[in-house]
Amino acid sequence: MSSAVKPPASGPSADATTVSFPGAERPARTRSVDSHGVRIAVYEWGDADAPPLLLVHGGFDFAGTFDVFAPILARAGHRVVSWDHRGHGDSEHTALYSWDADVRDLLTVLDSITQEPLPVIGHSKGGGLVTQLIQALPHRFTRFVNIDGVPTPRRHPDVADRERTRMLAKELSGWLDHRREGPSRVRKAGTLDELAERRRRMNPRLPLEWLRYLVPIGARRDEDGWRWKLDPVMRFGGFGPWRPEWGLARLPGLSVPMLGVIGLEEEPMGWGGRAEDIEPWAPRGSELQFLEGVGHFAHIEEPERVARLSLDFLS
Amino acid sequence: MSEAGVVTRRIRAGKLELALHTLREGSGRALLWLHGLGERSPDALPELASGWPGPVYALDFTGHGDSEVPAGGGYSAELLMGDVDAALHTLGEATLLGRGLGAYAALLIAGGRPTRVRGAILCDGHGITGGGPEPGGSMPIGLLSGEGTAPDPFALVELSRDPRPPDYATTFVRQANELSGLSRPITVCCRERPEWLRAVEGEPGVERAEPEEALAYYAGL
Repeated sequence: MSSAVKPPASGPSADATTVSFPGAERPARTRSVDSHGVRIAVYEWGDADAPPLLLVHGGFDFAGTFDVFAPILARAGHRVVSWDHRGHGDSEHTALYSWDADVRDLLTVLDSITQEPLPVIGHSKGGGLVTQLIQALPHRFTRFVNIDGVPTPRRHPDVADRERTRMLAKELSGWLDHRREGPSRVRKAGTLDELAERRRRMNPRLPLEWLRYLVPIGARRDEDGWRWKLDPVMRFGGFGPWRPEWGLARLPGLSVPMLGVIGLEEEPMGWGGRAEDIEPWAPRGSELQFLEGVGHFAHIEEPERVARLSLDFLS
Repeated sequence: MSEAGVVTRRIRAGKLELALHTLREGSGRALLWLHGLGERSPDALPELASGWPGPVYALDFTGHGDSEVPAGGGYSAELLMGDVDAALHTLGEATLLGRGLGAYAALLIAGGRPTRVRGAILCDGHGITGGGPEPGGSMPIGLLSGEGTAPDPFALVELSRDPRPPDYATTFVRQANELSGLSRPITVCCRERPEWLRAVEGEPGVERAEPEEALAYYAGL
């Protein structure tokens, strides 16, 4: 195996456990910004004086998931900047989470980098956040690489009305119970290997060595074991008025040139979008790259290839 | 206790503490008053609620009145539904009277906790329209600065532009119809009728009435 775990220190939390992974580099610089009272952890790879490039991670991820992808971009001559979304990684947990709040945090980070327009790469939810901020502030961006961040409506099997009512009732009461009591819950502790295995359920296509690499970055070590730092109130599913069609409908008017990189292998975290879903909505002049045999985390599965596509497009 | 003699309890809703005011003590089913966007709970029993036979409470939503103001915004109508759920957890069953944004929250929780809500009365008030059936133009609201005092400017902005698709709103009516056991779980008293509300009015189980009539009807359940 290519990774090596240093023996864990005897005490809790402050140990320096690291797992190595080929090509992975921790950021050269870390800092934090205050986004309206919320502390946001910011990371930078590459020469501090190089032209900036912003990287935006997806839901349930953290900036450390760019530890292979970002250094490739940095070596190509960029100051690569990313951050942990609120409630993710080392950023502060907050009382409320919403899409607009994430867009606002994005703007805070952007303001901390430059007022000049810059290129941006967003993955998944990160691509969606960037799409929205470009609509509000097109003058702040030059070019946009959107890695599997184009929402496409999923097909739900038809269910009878009564069945749908039962399903929604369960979803609603589950959400309300979680909303009320969620904060008293703590994540389940585990060994480093157990956390990597758990993450594999969301990332079934990523190598276990990579998931093990992420544990000491995205998790903290308590007396009783490792716990992902992600705020325990975050959960999948839920409900709300939002529809993927709304995200699609905003694409054609996008004024900043966009490269869409879409992995065609379906997996739990992906949109499952196909060319026929996305092409009719692509902005005029945009480029779309559909990658066979690649899943939702294209920049992790094939970092060199996706970095090359991105750099060619951004240059 | 305020000058008017209103007793206030602190209740927990997720990570935040909310203020639940007792406007009048009593026994039997509670009436829960839900204020509009940017408002706070009434200081004293409103005339409209004076005929209610049971106790009367009023909830300050997150970021409003005496409830906690979180850092950095992130509001949604579903969050307010959660606020009402926390109050219902304390009160058990209740009939809801919501103004404006409180009316929308009352509709959502009538579908979300159909056995706890014994009638939701939807009245005019601030924040009844929301952002319309689809998201409006993108707006970077990074220019706002909250001072940590209520009403939270993030609440005022975010809850006046949240999308409220008509077929989303009617989903909650259908949940209430199927699961509340009531033949008329929702009563609409609003004269202002945004699209979501017009769709709600078209559903079975929804009546139009004056608030006095609606209160008398639900008091008799």
